[in-house]
Amino acid sequence: MTTKDIFITDKNLKYRKLKSNMVLIFCVFASILTVLPLLYIFFYTTASGFTHLSLDFLIQMPKPVGETGGGMANAIVGTLILIGLASVIGIPVGILSGIYVAEYSGGIFSNIVKFVTDVLSGTPSIIIGIFAYTVIVLTTGSFSALSGGFALGIIMIPTVTRITEEMLKLVPQSIREASLALGISRWRTTLNIVLKTALPGITTGILLAIARIAGETAPLLFTSFGNQFFSLSLDEPIASLPIQIYNYAKSPYTDWHQQAWAGAMVLVLLVFIINLIVRFFTKNKFSSDV
Amino acid sequence: MMEEDFKDDLEEKSEDKFSITTENLSVYFNEKPAIKDINLKVRNKSVTAIIGPSGCGKSTYLRSLNMMHELTPSATVYGSIKINNIDIEEFGVINLRKKVGMVFQKPNPFPTLSIYENVTSGLIYTGNYKKSRLDDIVEKCLTASGLWKEVKDRLKVSAMTLSGGQQQRLCIARTIAVNPDIILMDEPTSALDPISTTNIEELVYNLKKEYTIIIVTHNMQQAARVSDHTAFFYLGRLVEYSKTRTIFTNPKEKLTEEYVTGKFG
Repeated sequence: MTTKDIFITDKNLKYRKLKSNMVLIFCVFASILTVLPLLYIFFYTTASGFTHLSLDFLIQMPKPVGETGGGMANAIVGTLILIGLASVIGIPVGILSGIYVAEYSGGIFSNIVKFVTDVLSGTPSIIIGIFAYTVIVLTTGSFSALSGGFALGIIMIPTVTRITEEMLKLVPQSIREASLALGISRWRTTLNIVLKTALPGITTGILLAIARIAGETAPLLFTSFGNQFFSLSLDEPIASLPIQIYNYAKSPYTDWHQQAWAGAMVLVLLVFIINLIVRFFTKNKFSSDV
Repeated sequence: MMEEDFKDDLEEKSEDKFSITTENLSVYFNEKPAIKDINLKVRNKSVTAIIGPSGCGKSTYLRSLNMMHELTPSATVYGSIKINNIDIEEFGVINLRKKVGMVFQKPNPFPTLSIYENVTSGLIYTGNYKKSRLDDIVEKCLTASGLWKEVKDRLKVSAMTLSGGQQQRLCIARTIAVNPDIILMDEPTSALDPISTTNIEELVYNLKKEYTIIIVTHNMQQAARVSDHTAFFYLGRLVEYSKTRTIFTNPKEKLTEEYVTGKFG
């Protein structure tokens, strides 16, 4: 056998290159399929909603049927309040349990927490809505912003927990050791060193969770219910963009259909803007190095 | 045989010559011994090198001195470790680590902190500092680690912008900022280029005026260059411990001679 036989012959090489290219083509094709729906949704909503979107739409209250104009100020504010309430519940609980699972893993309890988060993230949101209805609406006797925020907060928890865990696990063990070796206590190490290092990733996870709940409709049907009027109180029903869009879209009036499109566009923009703002503020000084 | 070595070396009997004493120190991982019955006395304000082939327990020994094994659930430590004649259990883990600093194999500055913040991190996060003194401490520690001239104009810049060798000197500055008595170095130059290695070695030489240093190294030339005393570990046992010159020129044990002359490794 000569040395030449050991190496791959030209024919073989051609075949392998062909295979490699085929796989690449499939990957590119799949990526296009991923991007297309998003672009389509974005442009279609913008095209349909843009004509009706005006300053009035953002700052005016809904007008009764028959009158033209009016806006969704109540629903926009309502959605922001619901997102705020959900964040107050979902972010701290999610991050703290994520820290527990990542930094104190190994025990039976942390495995249970992991399993439960997985199950919870797969639970249909309408069921979480019913849960919030039973726990808060039935006990307090009324639909309320609080119950809506509670339902959305619970939906956020598994996403935030899981992403926190994943991001903390990406922080090299050597960083923890460096901190502990300086005599820094365990909780300080976790909070000031490890969590800080993982912050950009955790922020992205929180954004994902917020984006997901901003458009949730089903759980709100049982909880925040909807409100034609402007409300800031947490113990009363509150309007929200998804519910308003749903109600307007199924109505028989063309004017309301247009309003629904504009509402959909505002919702998409809202998620987009939340993304930009949080990214801007939590941008770590040195995030490019992490 | 080893007892004789000790006598030979330890003519000055006074106990305060030693900052670290380990007696019958053994460390097990999952019931398997990594080091067994290590009796070693490390001299105050000197450099002690630990040499030996991979897996001989050098790092295991070093990490037991600042209780780093606490992080590994499968590790159990037996025997006694005394720092300045006080059992380390009495210090408590946090105070112990303030007294016994550690420099790691790979430079590991905190990536989210600036150069300045890296040096002060050990003080700030232990809540043990006066704000007005921080600037002085940073200058002092960076000067001591030979980094001051290179970084004094960019203290607020991310530590990750430094080169590997500079990062390692920053880690040393961070360690001495806490004001330890002892510095443990776990192969501090194995991830560095030759020039950075020389810098670190000079630094070690200078630091021994104020600190007791134990340096684990794969590199026998390095041990010969920087250390006053050398301990040779093999298969989890301390084979020989003596003055560095003796270990490299006239070792008592055949095994030591074979290792330092490169017959195995």
